[in-house]
Amino acid sequence: MADVVDLPTAIRELVRDGDAVALEGFTHLIPFAAGHEILRQGRRDLELIRMTPDVLYDQMVGAGAARKLVFSYGGNPGVGSLHRFRDAIEHGWPHPIEIEEHSHAAMANRWVAGASALPFAVLRGYAGTDLEARTRVERITCPFTGEVLAAVPALNPDVSIVHAQEADRAGNVQLWGIPGVQKEAVLAATRSLVTVERIVDELVPRPGGVVLPGWTIDAVAEAPRGSQPSYAHGITDRDNDAYRAWDVVSRDRDTFTAWMGEHVLKGQAA
Amino acid sequence: MSSTETAPATTGEIQTIVAARRLTGAKVVFIGVGRPSTAAILARMVHNPELVLVYESGTIGAKPHRVPLSIGDGELAQTADAVVAVPEMFNYWVQAGRIDVAFLGAAQVDRYANLNSTVIGDYDAPRTRLPGAGGAPEIAGGCGEVVVVAPHSTRTFVERLDFVTTVGHADPDGVLGSIPGAPPEGITREGLGLRGGGPSAVITDLGVLQPDPATKELVLVQLHPGATVADARDKTGWELRVAEDVVETAPATADELAALRELVAR
Repeated sequence: MADVVDLPTAIRELVRDGDAVALEGFTHLIPFAAGHEILRQGRRDLELIRMTPDVLYDQMVGAGAARKLVFSYGGNPGVGSLHRFRDAIEHGWPHPIEIEEHSHAAMANRWVAGASALPFAVLRGYAGTDLEARTRVERITCPFTGEVLAAVPALNPDVSIVHAQEADRAGNVQLWGIPGVQKEAVLAATRSLVTVERIVDELVPRPGGVVLPGWTIDAVAEAPRGSQPSYAHGITDRDNDAYRAWDVVSRDRDTFTAWMGEHVLKGQAA
Repeated sequence: MSSTETAPATTGEIQTIVAARRLTGAKVVFIGVGRPSTAAILARMVHNPELVLVYESGTIGAKPHRVPLSIGDGELAQTADAVVAVPEMFNYWVQAGRIDVAFLGAAQVDRYANLNSTVIGDYDAPRTRLPGAGGAPEIAGGCGEVVVVAPHSTRTFVERLDFVTTVGHADPDGVLGSIPGAPPEGITREGLGLRGGGPSAVITDLGVLQPDPATKELVLVQLHPGATVADARDKTGWELRVAEDVVETAPATADELAALRELVAR
């Protein structure tokens, strides 16, 4: 059974310096509150894994928490660049960062392999691209048809963190709307945390609902509005203005640092 | 309001309208954000009300009333026929060949409609780090055809990509030498094991390029009102081939323009 705890306790117990950490959520249900708590607790040297780094990883990379970034699309969706991500790769600010990039199809299949306890996944991918020499992919011949396919290694982070709409008091979790790769990320990880909009007495089945039984999760923490400026379908709306505003905040190092101090790091533990 | 309704179409509006027209006979289109999304919603409004819109976030059959900012906006999930997880989207739908047409953008396009969305400059010391592949390589390898939408400039239409993110028609005659591992005589997309027909058109703000059926090299086949062959040549970073009978894009109809402006204003 998952422990239902407060967010600072959950991060303190589950996330360690140097860990490979995935905070997943495909445009929807991005666990901002958990990521911000990781920064407030000063975690360092993290290998951050996410298909779409989005504004959250722009903040974590810019704050210097990441040693390495594993991803497949590092943009601000519909807006443009992630400026902290770019500054880290182009100019090594605040320090150089290692990158390992994939395509979405490869990352999604890596998550499936991780959740399945398989060493790798197969797909038709990467043929003819310059990515092939820059990422972790090998060619494998189908033993039945002879077709040559791409093999990509499983993803098994130390910790996965996702956000969901609801959990019950036993730590069973339900999310609905765009499901992304959250189920796979939780099942692939050694440790896992789910933040939720609200704790309820009973989970009522929802159309398209994805249920994670409490015994597959280490901790559940209540974090109302915990995916803003992303959103929790049916409860909060995506704050598109905040995504547009981030383009301005994140362009300049000093503006970014001041913004983080005011909006994220305030109240940081000594 | 009448003055805006009667203002002539801008080049950007024409580009969107031409992209929408290409979906008149399509069943299922895969789209990202920005102009392709606007074009696909416009196509549903004006040309093809049955068109199935598929977004990478897993929303199949989305019917957005407004142009979404991200591919995961809540309205897409609310209005979709089905909402699936990302692995299912890429495996069961894209890789399995269930999508007719995909729209893709890119920072660089070469003469065989190969695309770069990874990096400008050297990979290890980039001048500009771009977002990266996202879904593009496998979308281009698995969908029935690909329509590229890009601004016409020498920055975008380059002799040689800084990085091959997505294979269009590869390098069938070995002219570019840019496909890793390809023999000197070149390689086709079929030779790489890619499925689907690859890029069928590149729609720019000046006109439309299409691959030559035999050589696969992009050829200028259509010009938007006011654009000239000289403009297109000036803004292309290789010696652009031009069809003998370049057609002029039919001007935006009053219906198309009114629908597009009403959509964007929502």
